[in-house]
Amino acid sequence: MLTRFFYTVREAGVPASVTEYLTLLEALQARVAEYSVDDFYFLARATLVKDEKHFDRFDRAFAKHFKGIEQAFELLQKELPTDWLKLMTQRHFTPEEMAQIEALGGWDKLMETLKQRLEEQKGRHEGGNKWIGTGGTSPFGHGGYNPEGIRIGGPGGQRRAVKVWEKRDYRNLDDQVELGTRNIKVALRKLRRFAREGAADQFDIDGTISATARNAGLLDLKFQPERHNALKLLLFFDVGGSMEAHVRICEELFSAARSEFKHLEYFYFHNFVYESVWKDSRRRHGERTPLFEILRKYPTDYRAVFIGDASMSPYEIMQPGGSIEHWNDEAGAVWLQRLTQRFQRHAWLNPEPEDRWDYVQSIGITRQLLGERMFPLTLRGLDDAIKALKA
Amino acid sequence: MQRPSAPLEGPPRVNQTSKFQGTDRYVATEDLMMAVNAAVTLARPLLVKGEPGTGKTQLAEEIARALDKPLHRWHVKSTTKAQHGLYEYDAVSRLRDSQLGEAKVHDIRNYIIPGRLWEAFASERQAVLLIDEIDKADIEFPNDLLLELDRMEFFVHETRELVQATHRPIVIITSNNEKELPDAFLRRCFFHFIRFPDAETMTRIVGVHYPELKRELLSEALNAFYKLREVPGLKKKPSTSELLDWLKLLLAEDVPPEALRTDDPRKSLPPLYGALLKNEQDVHLFEQLIFLQRRQQSRQ
Repeated sequence: MLTRFFYTVREAGVPASVTEYLTLLEALQARVAEYSVDDFYFLARATLVKDEKHFDRFDRAFAKHFKGIEQAFELLQKELPTDWLKLMTQRHFTPEEMAQIEALGGWDKLMETLKQRLEEQKGRHEGGNKWIGTGGTSPFGHGGYNPEGIRIGGPGGQRRAVKVWEKRDYRNLDDQVELGTRNIKVALRKLRRFAREGAADQFDIDGTISATARNAGLLDLKFQPERHNALKLLLFFDVGGSMEAHVRICEELFSAARSEFKHLEYFYFHNFVYESVWKDSRRRHGERTPLFEILRKYPTDYRAVFIGDASMSPYEIMQPGGSIEHWNDEAGAVWLQRLTQRFQRHAWLNPEPEDRWDYVQSIGITRQLLGERMFPLTLRGLDDAIKALKA
Repeated sequence: MQRPSAPLEGPPRVNQTSKFQGTDRYVATEDLMMAVNAAVTLARPLLVKGEPGTGKTQLAEEIARALDKPLHRWHVKSTTKAQHGLYEYDAVSRLRDSQLGEAKVHDIRNYIIPGRLWEAFASERQAVLLIDEIDKADIEFPNDLLLELDRMEFFVHETRELVQATHRPIVIITSNNEKELPDAFLRRCFFHFIRFPDAETMTRIVGVHYPELKRELLSEALNAFYKLREVPGLKKKPSTSELLDWLKLLLAEDVPPEALRTDDPRKSLPPLYGALLKNEQDVHLFEQLIFLQRRQQSRQ
């Protein structure tokens, strides 16, 4: 019975190993937990789960194994008033998206799909955690209609033993969800490339010792430049319009990047890059930096990172004059290609949930232009982006 | 299979000790007790994570106190190497002694300085070993301790002797999540994440620290505290240790409960807020919120 449980936990995406399973059995044999589901739950969690971001997956696996998920879904339906959801849909979905919902077979079909996805997701390794767990309530993954997310937990007043994992307190800790300045900083640290450059002002003990030895014991002092992160970064932020919803996460990314990199330049653009970008949004119409200047000024060892939702009309990318703000002689795609050719190591971070990308044509186009170097703005996405930037 | 579930040598893993149930100074939740007891019973390390200020380091001290065992603290810094915990060979003083012609220079043992881990291994009784903030050290640090923590033994190359724990120490490791720990290391530990306590647990925690606190003041203070935590956009949310500091100040200043009874901290800053908000941007954010609220009220 416990072997099955172990596999359920693993299938839910918790990386538990055989060693840990054996430890659990050993602990049970040593009577650490006795005759109480609660105790067993706590023990199994302490043994099998080694990262709080996996607690939520474990809770779900535990509930699934010991209860089955049908009830959970009934509760879900109870707690999400359909009318309210419909209302939210009208408010937040574009007509194209509404058409897509219709194409999927209307609202009832959609709820059915959601149910299937819920099932699927439990069995699948990592992946689609967007369904439960993020702020999203809808299969189209607009995070944050309901900041609480879909509540799968049972109503209060139940037996306590069941309640603990049904509460799913650890929802937010899943690594595909939460980003804070601190987290981003830690993630950005992986993008370090230490080098000694500049004035030699630090005492070099090893160098001094070996030089002194070679100098027949006469003191020969050696100095070396300080070691620092030599990685150079160009950041391009999409501001305004549809990016308003993502302001906070962009701010956090920006403040984290600012403190981490010594060579960091940032520019803003609206929707897509054209012949000029700007550094101060208040004076964006006056003080703009021509893109050619950037292409000329910054050496090719700079890494370019774009942060934007890439959600717009395809004309804005593909057509000369497609920009919604001004007349552009050359299409945005041309400018993006100039940038990516100059800065071979580049990445695009997209705050839109990844599962929505396929429904937005302009995201698809941008991804093609970038050669698939677009990553979601989550911790994991950031990790992948950093790998792409390092290569 | 990487490893047999129980080692063939070394002291026995399973030991019979009384169970940890929190102390008069430390409130342990049920899941924490389970994790600690599992780690104590199977004599495997316990890794504790959680928000800063939720009592991770204190846990080790309280386990030592509750189970009446000596405590060895090893505070890890960014420059700490795993070797520092085992032993260090003081070559410089040996060189000096050799030039001064001291007799003890002939025995290398005189220059081997035991580290914290060695001290804990050598302890007469079972000891509690706290490895504090393991994530501060280099990425390789946990990997270098794998065998030592698993088998509770290590080899001193200079003297060719094997140091073995007489009693497997209870190892408590804390981490602030600044680096991911290697999987191989995690496999060998029990894990516990200290959640931010809910209001009920918090009342118990405060009760343990300030038993003489008036019930009324406490409930008002907790109310203000949780509302403060809920304000969106705070850079550093106040944690348990900050609440305890704040209560201490409230007691010292003899603030009456009425002073705390604003329905919404957004309308006024709580008294002595400096103990709760540690960031000038947060204080600023608050002042702005209050200003906005007042303006709205005056318009109504």
